[in-house]
Amino acid sequence: MTGRLESALRARIDSGGKCLVPYITGGYPGWVDSVRACAANGADAIEIGIPFSDPVMDGPVIQQASQLALEAGATPVSIFQEIRNLDVGIPIAVMCYYNTVFHAGHERFASDLIAAGVSAAIVPDLPLEEAGDWCAAADAAGVETVMLAAPTAPDERLPRVAERARGFVYSVGLLGVTGERAELALTATVLAARVKKITNKPVLIGVGVSNAAQAVEASRVADGVIMGASVVHRMIDGGSEAVGLFIAEVRNALDGATW
Amino acid sequence: MSILQTPGSDGRFGDFGGRFVPETLVPACQELEAAFADAWNDPLFRTDLDQLLREYAGRPSMITECHNLSEQLGIRLFLKREDLNHTGSHKINNVLGQVLLAKRMGKKRIVAETGAGQHGVASATAAALLGLECKVYMGEVDVARQELNVFRMRLLGSEVEAVTSGSRTLKDAVNEAMRDWVASVETTHYCLGSVMGPHPYPFMVRQFHRVIGDEAFVQMNDAIGTNPDFVVACVGGGSNAMGIFSGFVDTPARLIGVEPAGGAAVSRGQPGVVHGMKSYLMQDEYGQVAEAHSISAGLDYPGVGPEHSYLASIGRAEYPTVTDDEVIAGFQLMSRAEGIIPALECAHAMAWISREAKNMQGKTVLMNLSGRGDKDVGQMMSILKELM
Repeated sequence: MTGRLESALRARIDSGGKCLVPYITGGYPGWVDSVRACAANGADAIEIGIPFSDPVMDGPVIQQASQLALEAGATPVSIFQEIRNLDVGIPIAVMCYYNTVFHAGHERFASDLIAAGVSAAIVPDLPLEEAGDWCAAADAAGVETVMLAAPTAPDERLPRVAERARGFVYSVGLLGVTGERAELALTATVLAARVKKITNKPVLIGVGVSNAAQAVEASRVADGVIMGASVVHRMIDGGSEAVGLFIAEVRNALDGATW
Repeated sequence: MSILQTPGSDGRFGDFGGRFVPETLVPACQELEAAFADAWNDPLFRTDLDQLLREYAGRPSMITECHNLSEQLGIRLFLKREDLNHTGSHKINNVLGQVLLAKRMGKKRIVAETGAGQHGVASATAAALLGLECKVYMGEVDVARQELNVFRMRLLGSEVEAVTSGSRTLKDAVNEAMRDWVASVETTHYCLGSVMGPHPYPFMVRQFHRVIGDEAFVQMNDAIGTNPDFVVACVGGGSNAMGIFSGFVDTPARLIGVEPAGGAAVSRGQPGVVHGMKSYLMQDEYGQVAEAHSISAGLDYPGVGPEHSYLASIGRAEYPTVTDDEVIAGFQLMSRAEGIIPALECAHAMAWISREAKNMQGKTVLMNLSGRGDKDVGQMMSILKELM
């Protein structure tokens, strides 16, 4: 059965468009307004980060936002409560480090997500070999677990990652942590092309997709993009208004491009 | 069959261990696992490593019977003298192994984390000797309290970066080293400094340190004709303890890993996942990793190596705690009674032995003196003001 996240992305792709999934750090002061601004300006789904004390996949911008969110008292429970009241009309995925899931317990965490109205989960430090138990619990509860495909993955690994993925395949844009870069890395489109070749699931590029032009460039190969640090830095500097303007700019660029 | 097993490809010690890393690092961990297995079984690699340990690090390290402390405490106390190794701690055993392996794998660069600076200094030393570029991540708090070691690393040609995120101690240095490795994995080896992290690190680092226990087993049997009743070591991540436990885990000796009260992963933690491994971890009700607090930068870590969690879970090793005040007393006790200034880390083991001696009367105790205290003298000068 196709989940809510994958259905939403497919609807965009089938209409000839490209998917845009912004990332917002949950619990950061004013984050809910930024989520609404994303939804109002053309996001297809939204990834909400559950802040963690030791975010090893994140660069300075998202680290800073996570730290501030934790200092403001954010917890998975408080973020889930606010997500439950969001009603933005597009699917929500959470991004969380595995200890958040493990500590709660797989079944409980999956049912908490469903109760909050969350469609999907992205767990960046849970690789394929360790993902089995969580994925089984998530599948049973109806949570789509997005799997990450890395530029270092050998050819034989990619089909197994894609097979296990629900919602979409997250094609990691570069060797490194989240953060804005001046150029889209060559590895971004090379990997996305490799992944597209072996799966029919939506393939989105994330990590290092930093502006509208890079989003268009990435989407020439992929079905769309996830944008994290570029969105979060606007939330930190200019609040939800800046986020909304940026998402609208990227949406227009994606809609205006010819594919 | 030994209690210490070779983990399978899932990297498990009982329920603990594993490989919880971003997808990007999985191939590198697999490559390292295969390269280590190949090297460890290659007599040429083992000969090269043994030669470095002997002629460069100064192995075997001796054992010293502490006659004064033995009389004072009513026990028979021996020290395994890892403090006499080149660079002043046991850390050199692991680092020579890993850097030799990194070269064999064709890597040009290593990154390392460090708490007290002992692993950083050892890494910088091995990188200088074997001609690799080296960058060491160290928490800003530790940079301040261990500035001599920072200077040593720079003198040895390594870059040292002060880590300003989180608690600005060892756990954050590990995070930053992992972030570097995610970006540099094709050219860089992560020279992890303890029996922690994703598989194969906990196993590999234990194997590189088991020379401590293997030597001590023979030395103790030569000295007293049998095994000690107690084997005691301090535990942060737990590398020196795994090293010496390796020699005695299959004997009747009681194995004691002493944790700081402010970083007691085994006695105050619950199973959790951070830094690539499932192990006991100090954390809050939502799984946020707690900040450890210890007078000793090298033990200021909220987790512990997964094999220690396993040994604790099956009841084979015990993990008591000591307070900072007891550690300060232990530091002075060994200095005055034996003329040996221990590293603050090892002063934890001394503190436990001194506290519990009344329950060990007449018993033989082997303590791993895993490092010398020179690096801590500046910090202790500000605590023991009455000596100035």
